[in-house]
Amino acid sequence: MQLLNKRPESLLDVKMHYCPGCGHGTIHRLIAEAMDELGIRGRAIGIAPVGCAVFADVYFNCDMIQGAHGRGPAEATGLKRAKPETIVFSYQGDGDLASIGMAEIVHAAIRSENITVIFVNNAIYGMTGGQMAPTTLIGQKATTCVEGRTAKQAGYPIKMCELLATVEGAAYLERTSVHNVPGVIKTKAAIKKAFQNQMDCKGFSMVEILSMCPTNWGTRLDNPSEATKYVAEGMLPVFPLGVYKNAAKTVGESRSLGV
Amino acid sequence: MSEKKLMKGNEALAEGALRAGCRFFAGYPITPQNEVPEYMSWRLPQVGGAFVQSESEVAAINMIYGAAATGKRTMTSSSSPGISLKQEGISYCAGADLPFLIANVMRGGPGLGNIAGAQGDYWQSTRGGGHGDYRLFVMAPNGANEMGNFPHKCYEVAFKYRIPALMLADGIIGQMMEPVEFTNAEIDIKTLKEPDWALGVNNGRAKRIVKSYDLREGCLEKMVLERVKRYRQIEENEVLYEERMIEDAELAIVAYGTSARVSMAAVKMAREKGLKVGLFRPITLWPYPKKRLVELSGKIKKFLTVEMSLGQMVEDVRLSLNGRSEVYLHSKPGGSVITAEEVLATIEGVMKKGAKEYAAIK
Repeated sequence: MQLLNKRPESLLDVKMHYCPGCGHGTIHRLIAEAMDELGIRGRAIGIAPVGCAVFADVYFNCDMIQGAHGRGPAEATGLKRAKPETIVFSYQGDGDLASIGMAEIVHAAIRSENITVIFVNNAIYGMTGGQMAPTTLIGQKATTCVEGRTAKQAGYPIKMCELLATVEGAAYLERTSVHNVPGVIKTKAAIKKAFQNQMDCKGFSMVEILSMCPTNWGTRLDNPSEATKYVAEGMLPVFPLGVYKNAAKTVGESRSLGV
Repeated sequence: MSEKKLMKGNEALAEGALRAGCRFFAGYPITPQNEVPEYMSWRLPQVGGAFVQSESEVAAINMIYGAAATGKRTMTSSSSPGISLKQEGISYCAGADLPFLIANVMRGGPGLGNIAGAQGDYWQSTRGGGHGDYRLFVMAPNGANEMGNFPHKCYEVAFKYRIPALMLADGIIGQMMEPVEFTNAEIDIKTLKEPDWALGVNNGRAKRIVKSYDLREGCLEKMVLERVKRYRQIEENEVLYEERMIEDAELAIVAYGTSARVSMAAVKMAREKGLKVGLFRPITLWPYPKKRLVELSGKIKKFLTVEMSLGQMVEDVRLSLNGRSEVYLHSKPGGSVITAEEVLATIEGVMKKGAKEYAAIK
C-alpha cells in the first residue's frame, strides 16, 4: 500500500476547535506543509494572536508564543532581533492586524523586519461573536451593524496589501484565497515564498488570505459552498487577489546579534 | 574596583543594564528618560546587542515580550504616561513569567502632568499596575550611582524567580550628574545559561510555549497560585532597605528615592537641633520591608512618611505597622520638590505637637 498523504510534522495530532467550514484549519495545514518542505520546523517560532487562532500555540509543532491583541508584529520584532537565527511568523486575523494592531503591522513593514506575517482576512470578528471588522464589506451584516455596514456610519473596508504596498520596507505582499482548490494551491506557494524570503533575509513579507467564517457570516453550516461563494462573489471584487509587492530587499543579515 | 565616572542618572542606568547583560532594548521617546534610549542606541550595537526605537510604548513592551521569551536579558524604559501605556504588556509578561527590566523615570501626573521629578506612580508600581493578580520586583534608586548598580540585582531576581523587575526612579535622579562607580562585575553573557523555557532553535527538544492564558477550568488558578509561591519566596529573601541614624531615633522618616535624599538633609538638620531623628529608606518597594518596620516599632513610636505624591507609600507604612506606632505624612504632589526645611518643620511639628495627622500638602 502506498501512503499518498499524511499529517505534516509541523502540525500536531490534536483536536482543533475551529467551526465547520472555517478556513483556519486549511491555512494551518498549509503553513505546516511549508515549514516541513523548507526544513525550518526546528528553528521556527510562531505567534498566536488574540482571536479565533488564539489556540494556534497548541496546534503547531514548533516553539510558540501567545501574545496581546494586535501586537504580533512587535513580538515578532523582539523575537527575531533577539534570535536572528530563528524563523518567526505572526499569525493574525483582520481585527487583530488591521484594527487594534494597525500601527504594529505598518511599522514592522516600515522597519522591514525580517519576519513572515500570515494575515487571515474573513471580514468579521469571529471569536467575539461576529462584530464588524475593519475589512467588513459594505452591506455585510455583523452584530454591531445588523442592517449591514454602511460607509456613512463606519467608512470603508481597509485593503491591507494595497496600503502596505506603499511602504518601502515591505519586501513581499500577496493576497490569496482558500475558497477553492486553485486558491489553496496558490496560498501554499505564497506562504512558502514568505518563509523563503525570511530565510534569505529579504525583509518584511505578508500573505493576506481571504477565508470563510460560516458561523458569523450566517451562511449555512451544512452547506459550506455558501460561504465559499460569498468569498468569490462578495470579497474578491473588493479584495483582488495577486502580488502587490515583490522587492529584492536585503536588510536582515545586518541585524544579527553577535551572541 | 572600577573607576568613578561622572554620569547622568539615565546614562548610568543604561550602562549599568548593559554591564548586567542587557542585549536588547526597545523604547519610545519621552522626557525625562530620553538619555536611556539615546545611550542604548549607540552602545548596544558595540556589544552585539539590538536596539529598536519603537512606534509606541505599546509596541516597545510587546517587543520586550517577544525578546524576553528568547531568554535574553532585555530592557525597556519610559516615564509615567508611557508606563501607563505599557501596562497591558507588563501584565502579559508577568502572566507568562518573563523576566526583564523596565525603568520608570517618573514625572508629575496625572495625565500629561509635567516633566519634573515626582513619585506619583508608587501605587501603579507596587500594586501591579496592569490587569490581573501579579507583582513586580521594584527597586528605588536614590541617585546616579544606584541607577548604575541596581540593574544587576534586578536581572538576578527577575531571572531567579521569573518576574519582571521595575526600577522606579524620577526625573531628578534621571537628570542629575553624579560620580558613578560600577561595583558589580560586568557580566559576560556567554556565561549565562539559557533558561529551560527560552524559545529558539530547538535541536530536537520538545516544543516550548510562552503564554499567559489557560481557559481550562481551574488551570489559570493553578498557574497563578504557582506564581504566588515565588512571590512569597521573594518576600522572604529579597527585601532591601537602608537605615541611617536609626539606633537612638525617636522619630523615623520613611522615604525612598529623591524624597530620601531630601529627608536625609532634614535628619542632619534635626540632629543639629538635638532632635533624635533617623531615616529608614526602603530600597525594594515590592517586596516592602514590612518586617523590619515592625521590629523598629518596638522602640520607635513615631514614623513620618515623606513622599512626592499624595500619600501613597504611607499606606504601606500603615499596613506594615498596623497601629503599632503613630504614622504621619509629609507629602507634595505635582512634580514639586520637597525641601529639607519643609521636612524639618514637619519633624518639629510632629515631635513637639504629636498631631495624629500631620499632612503638609502645599
